[in-house]
Amino acid sequence: MLDHHPEIDYGTPRRESTEEVTLEIDGQQITVPKGTSLMRAATDAGVMVPKLCATDSLEPFGSCRLCLVEIEGRKGYPASCTTPAEAGMKVRTQSPKLQDLRKGVMELYISDHPLDCLTCSANGNCELQDMAGVTGLRNVRYGFDGANHLNSEKDESNPYFTYDASKCIVCNRCVRACEETQGTFALTISGRGFESRVSPGMDEPFMESECVSCGACVEACPTATLQEKSVIWLGQPEHSKITTCAYCGVGCGFKAEMKGNEVVRMVPWKDGAANEGHSCVKGRFAWGYATHTDRITTPMIRKKITDPWQAVSWEEAIAYAAGEFKRIQAKYGRDSIGGIVSSRCTNEEGYLVQKLVRAAFGNNNVDTCARVCHSPTGYGLKQTLGESAGTQTFKSVEKADVILVMGANPTDGHPVFASRMKKRLREGAKLIVIDPRKIDIVKSPHIRAEHHLQLRPGTNVAVVTALAHVIATEGLMAEAYIAERCDDKSFREWREFVSRPENSPEATEATTGVPATELRAAARLYATGASDGTAATSSHPNAAIYYGLGVTEHSQGSTTVMGIANLAMATGNVGREGVGVNPLRGQNNVQGSCDIGSFPHELPGYRHVSDTTVRTQFEQAWGVALQSEPGLRIPNMFDAALDGSFKGLYCEGEDIVQSDPDTQHVAHALEAMECIVVQDLFLNETAKYAHVFLPGSSFLEKDGTFTNAERRISRVTKVMPPAAKYADWEVTMLLSNALGYPMNYKHPSAIMAEIAALTPTFSGVSYELIDKLGSVQWPCNAEAPTGTPTMHIDHFVRGKGKFIITQYVASDEKVTRKFPLILTTGRILSQYNVGAQTRRTENNQWHSEDRLEIHPVDAEDRGITDGDWVGIQSRAGDTVLRAIVSERMQPGVVYTTFHFPESGANVITTDNSDWATNCPEYKVTAVQVMPVSQPSQWQREYSRFDKIQSELLGQRHTAEAAGAK
Amino acid sequence: MSSITVYVPRDSAALAVGADEVAAALQAECKRRGIELRLVRNGSRGLFWLEPLVEVGTPQGRVAYGPVTPEDVPALLDAGLTTGAAHSLCHGVTEQIPYLAKQERLTFARMGVTDPLSIADYEAHEGFAGLRAALTLAPEAIVQQVLDSGLRGRGGAAFPTGIKWKTVAAAQAAQKYIVCNADEGDSGTFSDRMTMEGDPYMLIEGMTIAGLAVGATRGVVYIRSEYPDAIATMNEAIRRAVEARFLGADVLGSGRAFHLEVRKAAGAYVCGEETAMLESIEGKRGIVRAKPPLPALEGLFGQPTVINNVISFASVPLILARGPAYYRHYGMGRSRGTLPMQLAGNIKHGGLVEKAFGVTLRELLYDYGGGSASGRPIKAVQVGGPLGAYVPESQWDLPLDYEAYAAVGAVVGHGGIVVHDDTADLAKLARYAMEFCAIESCGKCTPCRIGSTRGVEVIDRIVAPPTNGKRGPQHDKVEQVALLRDLCDTMLNGSLCAMGGMTPYPVLSALNHYPQDFGIATPSRVAA
Repeated sequence: MLDHHPEIDYGTPRRESTEEVTLEIDGQQITVPKGTSLMRAATDAGVMVPKLCATDSLEPFGSCRLCLVEIEGRKGYPASCTTPAEAGMKVRTQSPKLQDLRKGVMELYISDHPLDCLTCSANGNCELQDMAGVTGLRNVRYGFDGANHLNSEKDESNPYFTYDASKCIVCNRCVRACEETQGTFALTISGRGFESRVSPGMDEPFMESECVSCGACVEACPTATLQEKSVIWLGQPEHSKITTCAYCGVGCGFKAEMKGNEVVRMVPWKDGAANEGHSCVKGRFAWGYATHTDRITTPMIRKKITDPWQAVSWEEAIAYAAGEFKRIQAKYGRDSIGGIVSSRCTNEEGYLVQKLVRAAFGNNNVDTCARVCHSPTGYGLKQTLGESAGTQTFKSVEKADVILVMGANPTDGHPVFASRMKKRLREGAKLIVIDPRKIDIVKSPHIRAEHHLQLRPGTNVAVVTALAHVIATEGLMAEAYIAERCDDKSFREWREFVSRPENSPEATEATTGVPATELRAAARLYATGASDGTAATSSHPNAAIYYGLGVTEHSQGSTTVMGIANLAMATGNVGREGVGVNPLRGQNNVQGSCDIGSFPHELPGYRHVSDTTVRTQFEQAWGVALQSEPGLRIPNMFDAALDGSFKGLYCEGEDIVQSDPDTQHVAHALEAMECIVVQDLFLNETAKYAHVFLPGSSFLEKDGTFTNAERRISRVTKVMPPAAKYADWEVTMLLSNALGYPMNYKHPSAIMAEIAALTPTFSGVSYELIDKLGSVQWPCNAEAPTGTPTMHIDHFVRGKGKFIITQYVASDEKVTRKFPLILTTGRILSQYNVGAQTRRTENNQWHSEDRLEIHPVDAEDRGITDGDWVGIQSRAGDTVLRAIVSERMQPGVVYTTFHFPESGANVITTDNSDWATNCPEYKVTAVQVMPVSQPSQWQREYSRFDKIQSELLGQRHTAEAAGAK
Repeated sequence: MSSITVYVPRDSAALAVGADEVAAALQAECKRRGIELRLVRNGSRGLFWLEPLVEVGTPQGRVAYGPVTPEDVPALLDAGLTTGAAHSLCHGVTEQIPYLAKQERLTFARMGVTDPLSIADYEAHEGFAGLRAALTLAPEAIVQQVLDSGLRGRGGAAFPTGIKWKTVAAAQAAQKYIVCNADEGDSGTFSDRMTMEGDPYMLIEGMTIAGLAVGATRGVVYIRSEYPDAIATMNEAIRRAVEARFLGADVLGSGRAFHLEVRKAAGAYVCGEETAMLESIEGKRGIVRAKPPLPALEGLFGQPTVINNVISFASVPLILARGPAYYRHYGMGRSRGTLPMQLAGNIKHGGLVEKAFGVTLRELLYDYGGGSASGRPIKAVQVGGPLGAYVPESQWDLPLDYEAYAAVGAVVGHGGIVVHDDTADLAKLARYAMEFCAIESCGKCTPCRIGSTRGVEVIDRIVAPPTNGKRGPQHDKVEQVALLRDLCDTMLNGSLCAMGGMTPYPVLSALNHYPQDFGIATPSRVAA
């Protein structure tokens, strides 16, 4: 059990200052950073001044008037939350007068508050109740006949929380949280004076407002006014455990608040370094899938995928799977099987799967879904900077002056980090967005991109090279930095290359669609801090690049990553806070799964399998001989399956049928295999092609660690027993043991100990350390015993930073008369990846189907109006979706998400991929879009297949019943 | 026949009683009679009971007639208005009307004399002399002059203007602002409006000097939305001042910039509170900000900002033109200079009286105001706006001075004086004070947001007729009065701004000085 520090609310945020002031509070000397509030200073002195509107995640507001204090030599009773500590002050937090004032204020509060404490959902966890106790209120002399809000109606429109205006004390904490913490500005106060009440939008219900259901308001509310429905139903939790969200790569720390084995609510952890107490609609609320009735909790087997599933014991299932793998290897050779482990699994699970493949299968056929998202990041950053990881902490963005967002949609994909970014942008940092779509961050409340380079999908390299051209030819490079830290030869070659006229923004404008003047201004802004900056005027800003799958999922994904690293090195923007190259990882453990050796060519710590020294070390530790040749990547596995040389697959937690490109190709490959073992929570799309189904465990049911996009290793904590008896790491062990390779870990901490022992960048990592620090960022070893927040501080990990030439090569996927539009794909806030989790929650209320976004001009050309069914056809396949006509798109580009299997978004995407890493080119598919009246052939086929598979699953119950007799 | 010059005010107080109609009648009648008329639409002299006050230029000076109706015009012309001849409406030479003659008009010296929008007229009457003087001074010297003058904020808080300017001058920022609070919402006050309608260049000049003094290049005048004439006049005056280079990128060729714009206020009393006003100018809800940070350091858009009332800025040109000693010479104690006081309510001679601090309320009520309009005895006088105390007759001989008033729990405020005769029910007025607060509270802080509504309810219970319940009503009343006092204490000491913090002033003063109106014989407790 993690010993998370008791949470103290200091009332106002921490202030950073080099200056300190010493003052006296209730006779105690206390020294605090200049700018610290009296309230916070008092808390430091051990005195909790009464408060209601103050909380340390929000700037002081000064409205409740409970925190009044007396300051010697000053008139009146200043609010301690809004009064900064000054040297020599003598402050009294308690006196008869203060007692009277506080009691007077509390009497007013309670004169307009229901007296239903005993039946109130916040009973036992209500700050108003606490303050009534603290102030000693004994009587409400105003009575309860006066004006009041006791009959205000509840707004229950949001599926996860209720707004009960009758309990509102108008502290504005929710409004301020929506503004300051989340940055959505969905809430305000409507009315004036006594009429004041919280209002989503213009007095709309929450669900009809701009609210994104991040839960910040609920978290901030001191009463039952904004309350989780789960708490209304279940009551207050009785214990809690710290864990890490299993959704995106932000890796938010959460407190799972529990009653027994039942989750009452997930509360963002204040001390979680990745999120600092903030959350999004997924992590905060969308965890109901863990107990969804679709969970399959008994192992199942079948000979053929046309057979009904048969529920069997764990022993039988494991024995069957092991037997099949052995049989296949005997018949088709050692390399005829392999494993895929999802980047959603823990580090320990990923490590075990690759160990299983390398040691028990005896080959290197292991891969992870990072292949299909961020493999170019690993490759590109390793080549240039020397380490396959982002360079910063999330907190670093607080010091950025210029933020460049490329191919990422943080408000949807990485919402909690987006909130931090937006906070910095509201403070005045400048924003450049490079994206084909007008994503929300281009223009949202109090945020506006200085430059939105709305490029054509597939032209990233041309844009990045043109940016470099401007920086190099206008003399905006950090010459001294380059001379000191970068490889001179590669730099000179790169400079010569990018300076060529054909790489100028003017020359590439026709290709990229980005106006040259706009691109030049953006380059100047990134390099100098001003859109019209020159070498002479440059303020040498902290410029940070954040990028996502819009960079990597291209045929030149790795090239763009290297181009980004080039830009950062050329402008001296690596190696300190506020700068850097920051991949926004798609899934919770993309970073970790790559770190711990899930790729076929690398052992843990990004060390190539051909490296004899390293391999020998693992051979000794694992007691087996290891192959020195890289194994098959995921797409190679499919190709090999279709060739007849790859027949068995162990697939843990990943739904390759839905998530990988060219669905029909994947399905055919799976149909060609003889034994597919799927380990998952649900009968997902891949499981419909499986022969063995091993029930997986949710993140709530197991211990382990996730590593987020900032290399932060955080604990995943078991808060309830696995629904199907075993945690995923135990299942892998069972399989390994059945295959004859013994694994005997007692706890995931032992697995981490093994990773640490074998991986230099992890050598200091242990569960004890993580528990002590809350989380730790690798490298963590003797040189960095508490981890490494910022990388490449004095020099690059690879020694000298290496510039790499980034020649733009157009994708093979070209628009033609037949396929005149480019389809690009992405995500939406409320759904996550293949949707296996979020589709099984109320998040569907925000997004219940994937739709095709299309520009009005393209729509009109085709006679498409909003909501029409449209057929989307590519060289790979076709599907049908409903259209959204939207000016977020540029003409010629259409967009969709892939959260619902029946959408078939990946039926259309092709098998084009990154030249270096085979990361699929999800972002560029030439398509035609036409109005249609019925689902596509594939969809009809899918529907039929899905129905059969559901029936085969349904027949399992018969078998179970039979077995029980 | 030579032309005559006739003055008909364009001030809204005159317009409200038909000044436009009188002007039109004069023009028509003069035309009919072949009299060449030069009509000047001046500001108001501030003798409101005489409005529309028509003046005619004569060799003896301007002669006043009023109140004039359009119907009076032919008779006035028949009687020889063009030569300043006698008539029942004639008051002789304007400047010699005692109400005006006894005043000490420093700030309002030009008021009613000039054509408000005529820059030439303004300059002919010492206008822009202060700005020209300021342009020869270093910024710190300007601040010093304002400091030396003893000028204190005329909006009501009476904070030394020079100190505020000094703070802003010392703050480091790329952009600083000058904001004029012209959201004149106090009941019975009109000096800001008169200034903007009657002498707008004085305000422009004062703000420009402030800009020079503190290094601010932008200014905003936040004008009460119910003042359409003031908004129009200010906009036109700014346009002309820019044209004449008194405003803009290069003020009078000095190379120094000062840009000024008008913002129409949001129609809420609380937006006259300086921080709520800043929020409003920034386009947000008019909600009071907690201080610190002081607006002088983090004001409009988070930048250092001088916020002063119209009259504070308007007092500055004279200080610069004639030197601080001239201004300081007026007044008493720490209240230096003059205050344009505004007589309103149940008063015979309502209007503007600019006097040096030290004048008494009794002088104002009787020597200037001429007693109540109803002719009945004056019972209570609310000084300093709706949040000011009701001053009983026992205090009418106190000198009007910030400190003397504060000592008795009253305020001078913005100089608004609202008179009530003996038919006034002070319990009702106390209730009104709470009700006003309930209506106008921004709703941010608890004492004001809930307390004002509860205050109305408690006063209702105090004055409710006796019931036949078991418990004696008198017993309830004592409890309720104690509750009202406790509530006032919570509001006074606990509120975030003066809205909730000063609402107890009228309530407690009513309760303390007029207990009988609440149905209690004697004060239940001595005033705080």
